[in-house]
Amino acid sequence: MAQRQAVAPPHRLGFAATLRRDTWWVEPALVLAALTVFFGYLTVSAFLDNWAFEIGPYLSPVFEPKLHGVYSQWWFSPALLILWGPAGFRLTCYYYRLAYGRSVFMSPPACAVGDLPPRYYGETRFPFILQNVHRYFLYVALVFIPLLWIGAIRGFHDPDEGWGVGLGSFMLVINAALLSLYTFSCHSLRHLVGGGLDCFSCSLYNRTRHRIWSWVSRLNANHRLYAWASLVFIVATDVYIRLVANGHITDPNTWSRF
Amino acid sequence: MPGYEVHEYDVLVVGAGGAGLRAAIAAAEEGARTAVVCKSLLGKAHTVMAEGGIAAALGTVDPDDNWRVHFRDTMRGGKLMNDWRMAMIHAQEAPERVLELERWGAVFDRTRDGRILQRPFGGHRYSRLAHVGDRTGLEMIRTLQQKAVALGIDVFMETTVSRILTDAGRVAGAVAYRRESGELLVFRARAVVLATGGVGKCYKITSNSWEYTGDGHSLAYWAGADLMDMEFVQFHPTGMVWPPSVRGILVTEGVRGEGGVLLNNKGERFMFNYIPEYYRAETAESVDEADRWYTDKRNNRRPPELLPRDVVARAINSEIKAGRGSPHGGVFLDIATRMGREQILRKLPGMYEQFLRLADVDITKEPMEVGPTMHYIMGGVRVDAETAATTVPGLYAAGEVAAGLHGANRLGGNSLSDLLVFGRRAGLHAARYAASLAQVPSISGDEIEEIANEMYAPFHCADGENPFSIQKELQETMQDLVGIVRTGDELKEALRRIQALKERAQRVSVPGNQQYNPGWHLAMDLRSLLTVAEGIALSALERKESRGAHTREDYPKEDPEQAKFNLVVRRNSDGEPVLEKVPRPELPEEVRKILEEA
Amino acid sequence: MALRTISIYRGDSGGGRFVDFQVDVEEGNVVLDVVLKVQAEQAPDLAVRWNCKAGRCGSCSAEINGHPRLMCMTRMSMFPADRPVYVAPLKTFPLVKDLVTDVSLNYQIAKTIPPFQPRPPDPDGLYRMSQEDVDRVQEFRRCIECFLCQNVCHVIRDHPENKARFYGPRWFVRLAELEMHPLDTADRRQLIREMAGVGFCNVTKCCTEVCPEHIKITDNAIIPLKERVVDLYFDPLRWLADRLKGKRPGAVGAQQ
Ligand SMILES: Cc1cc2nc3c(=O)[nH]c(=O)nc-3n(C[C@H](O)[C@H](O)[C@H](O)COP(=O)(O)OP(=O)(O)OC[C@H]3O[C@@H](n4cnc5c(N)ncnc54)[C@H](O)[C@@H]3O)c2cc1C
Ligand code: SF4
Ligand code: SF4
Ligand code: FES
Ligand code: FES
Repeated sequence: MAQRQAVAPPHRLGFAATLRRDTWWVEPALVLAALTVFFGYLTVSAFLDNWAFEIGPYLSPVFEPKLHGVYSQWWFSPALLILWGPAGFRLTCYYYRLAYGRSVFMSPPACAVGDLPPRYYGETRFPFILQNVHRYFLYVALVFIPLLWIGAIRGFHDPDEGWGVGLGSFMLVINAALLSLYTFSCHSLRHLVGGGLDCFSCSLYNRTRHRIWSWVSRLNANHRLYAWASLVFIVATDVYIRLVANGHITDPNTWSRF
Repeated sequence: MPGYEVHEYDVLVVGAGGAGLRAAIAAAEEGARTAVVCKSLLGKAHTVMAEGGIAAALGTVDPDDNWRVHFRDTMRGGKLMNDWRMAMIHAQEAPERVLELERWGAVFDRTRDGRILQRPFGGHRYSRLAHVGDRTGLEMIRTLQQKAVALGIDVFMETTVSRILTDAGRVAGAVAYRRESGELLVFRARAVVLATGGVGKCYKITSNSWEYTGDGHSLAYWAGADLMDMEFVQFHPTGMVWPPSVRGILVTEGVRGEGGVLLNNKGERFMFNYIPEYYRAETAESVDEADRWYTDKRNNRRPPELLPRDVVARAINSEIKAGRGSPHGGVFLDIATRMGREQILRKLPGMYEQFLRLADVDITKEPMEVGPTMHYIMGGVRVDAETAATTVPGLYAAGEVAAGLHGANRLGGNSLSDLLVFGRRAGLHAARYAASLAQVPSISGDEIEEIANEMYAPFHCADGENPFSIQKELQETMQDLVGIVRTGDELKEALRRIQALKERAQRVSVPGNQQYNPGWHLAMDLRSLLTVAEGIALSALERKESRGAHTREDYPKEDPEQAKFNLVVRRNSDGEPVLEKVPRPELPEEVRKILEEA
Repeated sequence: MALRTISIYRGDSGGGRFVDFQVDVEEGNVVLDVVLKVQAEQAPDLAVRWNCKAGRCGSCSAEINGHPRLMCMTRMSMFPADRPVYVAPLKTFPLVKDLVTDVSLNYQIAKTIPPFQPRPPDPDGLYRMSQEDVDRVQEFRRCIECFLCQNVCHVIRDHPENKARFYGPRWFVRLAELEMHPLDTADRRQLIREMAGVGFCNVTKCCTEVCPEHIKITDNAIIPLKERVVDLYFDPLRWLADRLKGKRPGAVGAQQ
């Protein structure tokens, strides 16, 4: 053949080139839809500070920690002071990199299916080289864990009526738990606690780190699951608390005020 | 005739399995310009399939183990037909060769105190097999391959050697062809090491791959070297039997080493009925004792499932013939009721995967069905114990292609250690021999042209025989007539059929061109297959006794008279095979003493 | 037995096409059985690589109905009987003939990886390593070099120009095995970033999906290597800590 071929037939290069005969596009399409819905909602929610997000003992986790009075500018929401942390954490998370790598950037859209972008540099250049800062977002995320748990405990304590329990309290606990699982199953954490060692048995210190690494590794195997579960749940909790706060539904609880 | 490339080396190693790579490493470290030639890609040789482990008396699990016991086990397993000097060198050097692998990056399973873990295996008195789950061969070949790459050894992949060239009786090089392009390659070499493995493709049911066409045996034979002990062909007791297309694929002895037991269709552990007198003293009498052995090896004797392979294979054969077999013509091998799922997955992950994927059997829940499969040839090129030199100056052989170490029956795990010990010796001595030659032996252009004409002949023969059919018929002949249990009449019939096939093989033709053409490749392999098959059948007919892996229905007993010779096949001036009975040397006193130690 | 259609790609670098063959398929047959049957009975010059037929040697990689798989471990019964099964060569490597591709790139890469460099042994001349130290490394050493991961990785599959700057997943498995080996003293992090191009991987995990040995290539090899590269290149705190401890980044043994 006269012209030099980069790949030989039956293959060809180019977007969606494949010999697969199954419905490979379903998965990226679903992931794309889910990412759009959930992250879209969270973005919008962060700006909806005029739509009540707090009632009694409950504070939407999107606005945790609580560092706000009332702001009136439409473009500024107290959530923004906080959200860059978790947002950056998820954006640079190894799992979400997979999720949007396949669905948004379609490189590749599915295994053995041609990439969308004709040229590809991966994470060797700006902007994706920034993925390498993931561990700094992890440090920030780790700060959030106790804050979320404090919020969850506060969910059992109404400022006026004192201790009690409601459905919202449980949602806040589950939310904190899932976010903890997600954070503690992080790949960077796994590396930092022990993955970077070459010899696990060489000292008591290393043996201890090996034990922690083993726990994190076990969680890490389900990182994808926790990534989705915690994402879905934070949205669910936010929606729930807002609905209660705005009187659309009633929260079954032991308090009498709402 | 088309042109050809010529390459020049001090040492040319034919084969990139454990033996070939170890030889190449030794030769290169000795300063020889070394090349390796292999039929497949690097790292795909048969050694990669070895599962159970490497036998070496490291004594990490049983401190009582030492080379003397290993030597004795090897000799007894081989029914004293072994070359005692080889068996001794092997037992003495194997531990160092295994530790060396570790220094080169191999990662064996570990004991609690951080040393190399060893598992029990058939015929070995102590836990002696250094292993990595059930993929020991992979670990070994990868380590050697990586070492060879680090040393910068040249590798000619997917290249088949089809003739050894000689000059005045000495090795002068080899003629090969690239499988990919069909082009001819000529190697000028001062020394050649054969490490081509075995001959399994002579048989229908075998654990061996397409590569095992006995090329090295045949190359040596045609170069004038001796083939010894060809009647001793090992049938592994446990190959898969179902579904038909996987029949023969190996089920590692490691399953039994880890506690797996053989059952007939009545659920009996029938091996208790087949304990030979020779092994009675060291084999458990009852199921209870056998079961206790796994945890307390000092006070109990070994389960009969771990008897040498020839014994177990014959026992299974008899059970099946007596109608006590499993539905698909095998017997049951059960690990599921003997070990927890986790442990099975950790120790035998390859087996789990293999049965689940190929036979829809979950070995953590159900027993496997197994039956004998042709596995290994103890016989091969006759070599000197110290140097691995054949009778042709400059030609060396190591690994499965060489004879002597295993005698009438090989113990599991002794092959991988064989490859390391004698591979190294072959490479070393080949390099020294090459350095000692004053000048490079010469090769003749006419001879090469003649060889090329023979090799390309199948393209010019119109409407000849299909090489695949000839191979198939040969396999059926050997399976039916030269199998586990043999008789004189059947062997004669086999020889007749082989003769006929040899004639037909002169007229094979293949379509297509010489670019990556498996039909043509097989056509050339037929020569080796037929040479080897004939050698096996001739020797089997001549050995009128039953010993080790060689069982004659018409001579069911061991005959001490016949222990006095080994059978050697060599080519006469007409190219026809002739047999010779080579007397065995007397065992020296000190060796006899070791053998008698309890 | 049942007559089924298998459609095998036949051709070489000059072009080719899928050719249909009718074959009697027996119970339990894998794709390789059927291909070999075609070779023995209908097309003796059909080029295909195989050795062990048991998923242990990694020779028989191909794309079956577009999925990269080992032919010897893919049962015919996985596919609907009434439709042909398509068998094609790997895409990422140059085609030699039919199902055989030229995978020599991999052997060239192997030569560039600095070999194992063990520390000195214990006083008795032996090495001691505990099982938990070697578990990680043993996972990587399961690799059978089938190169299915190399084939599926979009970095080189869809962008052949990256072959010069990206080693591919198999080689990250190899590098991880060396870097995490408890006895090894060499530091290959600079190579991992600069020559092996670990940054090209966007962790989309197709390599893990196709690995017949179930090696968690992305999670256990590539991501940990990326993290080790971050230690050296992108983590000022770590860099500072190493400096304070008197370690020079990039020096041999810098990552104890
Ligand atoms: C399934 C299986 C499991 C086994 N398990 C064990 C075990 O647990 N323990 C044990 O000790 N033994 C085991 N064995 C036996 C052992 O693996 C083999 O005997 C051993 O690997 C043979 O090694 P080798 O170096 O002699 O040859 P191989 O590893 O077979 O290498 C032969 C080489 O020669 C090349 N070659 C052949 N002919 C030519 C030619 N004409 N031109 C160029 N190159 C050629 C081939 O390409 C190949 O590279 C097992 C065998 C099998 C089949
Ligand atoms: S995870 Fe990385 S290496 Fe693996 S296929 Fe995807 S891009 Fe390639
Ligand atoms: S890592 Fe897995 S897919 Fe890649 S070559 Fe090795 S075995 Fe094959
Ligand atoms: S990898 Fe997902 S959070 Fe760190
Ligand atoms: S033939 Fe060995 S992996 Fe398929």
